[in-house]
Formats: sequence, C-alpha cells, structure tokens
Amino acid sequence: MNTYIPQDRPNYILCCICGVTIQSNPSNMCINCIKTQVDITEGIPKQLVIQWCRGCNRYLQPPNHWVLCELESSELLVLCIKRIKGLNKVKLVDASWVWTEPHSRRLKVKLTIQKEVFTSSILQQVFIVEFVVQGQQCDKCQKFEAKDTWNAVVQLRQKVDHKRTFLYIEQIILKHNAHTNTLNIKEKPDGLDFFFANRAHALKFVDFISAITPVRTKKSEQLISADEQSNTANYKHTFSVEIVPLSKDDIVCLPPKVCNALGNIGPIVVVTKVSNLIHFIDPNTLQTAEIAALTFWNCPFRPLSSYKQLVEFTCLDVTLLGETKGKHALSDVQLMRSADFGVNDNLYNVRSHLGNILSAGDLALGYDLSTTIFNDSDLAGLKSKNSLPDFVLVKKTYPGKDDFRFKRHWKLGNLPIEGIENPKKQDIERMERDKEDFNREIEGDHEMRSRINIYKEPNAKEIYESRLKKKQEIGIEDDEDEIKLEELLDQMDINNNTEFYDDEDYDDDDEEDDEDDKMDME
Amino acid sequence: MSCTRLQYENSCDIGVFAKLTNGYCLVGQCGSKHFKRVFENTLQNHIPVVEASIAGTRIVGRLCVGNSKGLLLPNTTTDQELLHIRNSLPDKVVVQRVEERLSALGNCIAVNDYVALIHPDLDRETEEIIADVLDVEVFRQTVSGQVLVGTYCALSNQGALVHPNTSIADQEELSSLLQVPVIAGTVNRGNECISAGCVVNDWAAFVGSDTTATEVTVIESIFSLNRDSKPSNIVNQIRNSVIDNL
Repeated sequence: MNTYIPQDRPNYILCCICGVTIQSNPSNMCINCIKTQVDITEGIPKQLVIQWCRGCNRYLQPPNHWVLCELESSELLVLCIKRIKGLNKVKLVDASWVWTEPHSRRLKVKLTIQKEVFTSSILQQVFIVEFVVQGQQCDKCQKFEAKDTWNAVVQLRQKVDHKRTFLYIEQIILKHNAHTNTLNIKEKPDGLDFFFANRAHALKFVDFISAITPVRTKKSEQLISADEQSNTANYKHTFSVEIVPLSKDDIVCLPPKVCNALGNIGPIVVVTKVSNLIHFIDPNTLQTAEIAALTFWNCPFRPLSSYKQLVEFTCLDVTLLGETKGKHALSDVQLMRSADFGVNDNLYNVRSHLGNILSAGDLALGYDLSTTIFNDSDLAGLKSKNSLPDFVLVKKTYPGKDDFRFKRHWKLGNLPIEGIENPKKQDIERMERDKEDFNREIEGDHEMRSRINIYKEPNAKEIYESRLKKKQEIGIEDDEDEIKLEELLDQMDINNNTEFYDDEDYDDDDEEDDEDDKMDME
Repeated sequence: MSCTRLQYENSCDIGVFAKLTNGYCLVGQCGSKHFKRVFENTLQNHIPVVEASIAGTRIVGRLCVGNSKGLLLPNTTTDQELLHIRNSLPDKVVVQRVEERLSALGNCIAVNDYVALIHPDLDRETEEIIADVLDVEVFRQTVSGQVLVGTYCALSNQGALVHPNTSIADQEELSSLLQVPVIAGTVNRGNECISAGCVVNDWAAFVGSDTTATEVTVIESIFSLNRDSKPSNIVNQIRNSVIDNL
C-alpha cells in the first residue's frame, strides 16, 4: 500500500521583469528587480545640516536644547537620527558611524532600514546619510562672548570697614552653589555686584541672601526699550541689598526703642551671632534677645566697636556669681591689659558673661571703652554717661594664637569675583588681613565650620602633623579648636572639566580658574 | 495571431471589461471606441465583437462566462440586455440566464470548449446548467487554494495560465483535469489576478498594457500563439506524457 507523503516542492515562476526563474513571491519579481523598481529610502534626506557650538562643543537638539556629545558617540548618533525625517515610515534596523576626518566637518551615519514594499514583502536597504556640521554659537556662549547681556543685578553692600561678612557669604554661596546663574560677579567698594541674565534668577539669589543674613532690599528698574505695538517692555532690574552693619563680637548700644521692646535689655550688648536674625547678649545680666532685619531697619543703629578694636586682657581672677544661662555664666572678672604687664599695675574689675569659659590666667579679648570716643548719636540709649562700662569682654583667646602663621593644612573655595580695577596697595593689604582674620575665625569657630565647605590641601596630612609637632614644641598640648583632618573635604581638580558641565552652570564654570573647579567628595 | 497589449480607459485590467471565446467577443460599453477597435482589428474577420452591458455595468468579463457553444449570464441581467446579446451572437451560441447566488460568474468559473473549473460552492443546478449549455465536463476545483478559479486562471483549448503560487502538484492535477499544459505565471507586471489581466482564445490573446515582455512570452508560449517558435512541440510532448500517465 502506498502512503501519500506530501512534498513541499517549491513552485517556480519567471520574474515578471527580467525573466529569471524565481520562487513565487508576493511581488512576483526577483530581488534585483524589486531593488531597481522601488527605492525604500525615498523621502529620506541623504544630506542634512547639524548645528554645533564651537565654544562649548555642544550640538543643537531642536528647538533650542544644546547637548554635549563626543564624535562617534551613541548620544550624537541618537541626535543625528532624530534629525532625519521620514524614518517613521520605515523600520530602522541598524545605525552606525562611518569614520570621517574630524576636520572635515562631516558626520556620516550608516542606516539599515526595512520597509514593506508590496503586500507582505519586506525590503532591507543600507544607505549613508551625511551630516554637515555647521557652526552656530549657542545662547550661553553668545551671552558669554557678548559680556554685557545682564538684565538684573544684585548689589550686595555692607557699610563696615572689614570684609569678614563677605568672605563668609562667599563660602555659603559656594556651599549651596547659589552662584550658578550669575553671569559675572564684580567687586565694588563696600560690597559685591552679582549679574544675572533674568529677573527670576536675581530674585532667587536675593531670597537666598536674605535667608542667611539680615538684609534690606530695594528694587528698581530702568526702561531699556518698549514696544507699544505688542505692549512689551525691556527693563534692567537692580536689587540693592544692604546687609546690617553688625557682625559677631561687635558691641552695640541699643537705641531706647529697641531696648524697651526687648524687655529693657542692655543697652550695651554684645552681638553673639548674626544669622537671618541678630542675636545679642547683655554681659551684665545674661539677658539675651534677637531682632529681625525688619526691626533693625525700622530703627537702625551702628556698632560701638567692632573686632578691629579688640584688645587682649589677662584674667587674674574669676568669681562666678551663680547665675547661668546656656553656656554663659555671670561672673566678676579681675583683669589687666596684657600690654600693661611690666608697665603698670592697673587692675580692673569687669562683669562678664564668660564666667564659664574664663578662668584665672586665661587670655580674653574685649573692648576698652574707657579710652574710646563715641559719637553721641551712637550712645542715645544710654541713661547716663556713667553707665557706660570701662571694659567689655567678648571672647576667650589663647596665647601664641598669632604665632600659627605657618602653613595651614586646609583651604577654602573661591568665587570667580572680578576685582576692582587698579586696586590700591593698602586695599590689597587690608584684604589680605581680612582674609587672615577670617581664616583665624574659622579655626576658632566650630559652628561656623559646619556651615561651609573646607577642603584639604594636597599634602594635608604632612602639614597637619608638622603643625601638631610645632604646637607641642611651643607647649600647647591639646587645642580643641584645631581643624581635624576628618572635617576636611577632598578636593577634586578636573582639568578637562568640559565633560562635567551641565546645561545650567556652564557659564560660571568657564569663568572660574582651574583650581576652583572642584567637586565635593564627602 | 499574437498577443496584443491594451488598456481599458487607463485601466490595465482588460479581462474585467472583455470576454473572449472562440466564437464571439463581448466588450463592455466604453466612451472611446478604441478598446473595441483593438479587438475588432484582430478578430473581425473571424468572430463578432459585441459591445454589451450586463446589469447596467461594463464589467462584462467578470459577470458572464461562456465558450464557443454557449454563454451564461447572471440573474441580474435585464431582459433587454439578454435580448441584445442573444441577437448579436451567432445562432449556434446558446445564451442563458442562471439563477445563481454567486452572480459574478466570470470569477467563479473558468471554462474552455471542453472543461470547466468551478467554484466549490456553486449550486448543483448551476453545475448542471453549465454542463448542458456549455457542453463541458465540470470540476469543482480550487487554484492554489483560491476558490475564485475564474479569477486566478486563464484557460483556452491550448493551455492554462494559473496563479503564481500554484504548487507543482496542483499544476499537475489541473493539467490532468484540463488535458492542456498548465503553467504558473503573472500578468500586468507581477499581478496575480490572471484573468483580469488577460483574455485569450485559441488564436488570440489580449493583455493589460503593464504586462512585461517576459509575461507576454510566457502567455504566448503556453497558449501556443507564436507559430514561429513552435512551443507546441513541447506542449505536445507534455500532453503525450500526461495522457500516458492517465
């Protein structure tokens, strides 16, 4: 018995165009004839233009986004493929780069596409699309090159004779990257100018500043141009931001109004802290108070003496009076000027809030009010001339603190500030001195250190060890305020820093010096 | 005596608008007389070329079916049209209307003077009428799995051109049924609707103007239209071998 075995024999026909024997297919043409008949790349442009910014090596992704990508990178390939129109009608199977000479300003992309040509017959084709790289400056570079494209400026001012506050604010700004949108930062007498491309950025910056320090803000605008037809106007905005002229360790004679409002404090008080509030303590009663910026500007006052007038005293005897408040304890201190040793035997008795901190033999910094001459307006709060104390102690200090001029094992970041043109020699010296004072303040203040970023010097460990050794030689065993290595951040220098630009902070980075391009490695 | 390329009002599907047999030729009504004239040029000395409509339409090729002995019209044909066709055709051609649900008879039936392949779903009565009127042997059959045998098969007494996907086995089966050589092929540049693209009888063929030279060659050889190349030798050999097998 024969069994029927179905056989799948292919059925051949002649290609309808060239007459070659082929297996029948939906188009009834041989492959070659199909290729000559249909071009599936029809409607796909073979040559395109791509915009590239010479300044920042970024490519334009329409409508207005600029992307940083390397030559022959997959990111660039994606960008190129997005530019090719008509690819939605075919199926993209493969895409790759064809090498081109970088200076030729041509990019070649090899694409493999598939498309259904006749019912259920799919044709695959490989072809090359050429991109001409055309130079076009991106917005950021344009702004950067033009230099004067700012639309808003924040004028930060503090009318005092030192730069401590600004050095501190600089560090806070660096820590929070609040300067990312600035176009330029310029130093001015009594302060800094921050330039911004638009008003919103400036407003944000003003908010940031007013959160860290008590300020008074005044807005003004200048009309640049107006288009009445479309009812638009172009303004330049100016924000004048004035910081209260008080800083830590200043002494102040509060005006009577403020005194009364704060429960008859003072009126001679010491500024213990300036955050967004101003904190005072009355060294005679341990009474503390704080006022906000608004209260201050309603009834402004000036410091009686600030830290430049500090004098060193030696405590001879400390008698605690029993009253304490927080870390402060009320005490009577017998002291003499350190400068008076060997000259005379003038002893003074002073009431101080530093009873807990000082003990006999310690050194303290304070103000000598007995020999200072004040304006009457500054002493308006005082009931009688006699109620002005001769001395006010402000903080403890250590012997030989000043001797540590030798190298520090840490350093701070810097804002890219454009300095004053042709500075005077004395200004530079003063700035140096302020910086040194600020560095010492950092070394002496734990809390302040916690609010800013401090970086390691390249060979921090060796310097730190030699410091400790030198200290021991002088005779200081254990200094609590010494900055430990663990507190410091590693610094990262990126020479080829272009890769880390993101869209936002590109401009600022570009202005910075190499050593300022750092990333925090915590 | 050969293959002619033509168009019906810009359409290459001339088989839709014309029906060609050994005894007569029907063409659909057309605005310009060019279409009819092409047929007349070749056929006038042998058979009548009749312009007709069926059920008010021009697609006579798809609606009716016939050979030199008879013509079947669908039930949608009006009396007037029936009368016109009957008067125009030679007396020996029997013209009859069939009550068939599948009224596009041209699509459902492929016929020459001896054999008819019909759609498997046609009525038994219709099958009988076909056998009687057309005087043929009737087979219910498909071509490469397609039930519309009339569409996918062009048939004359000399040969048959079938759907390009028809397997060798199917071709052999058809060949043995029809007793003529069968070949798979295309018309109108790869179109597989064979009878839409070409109309043939024993000595003439007309194809759509898109048909390529290759396709014309296939058609001429299978329908033995080209006397010079004498493919009939091969055809005869095939026929002999087929008969031997049977």
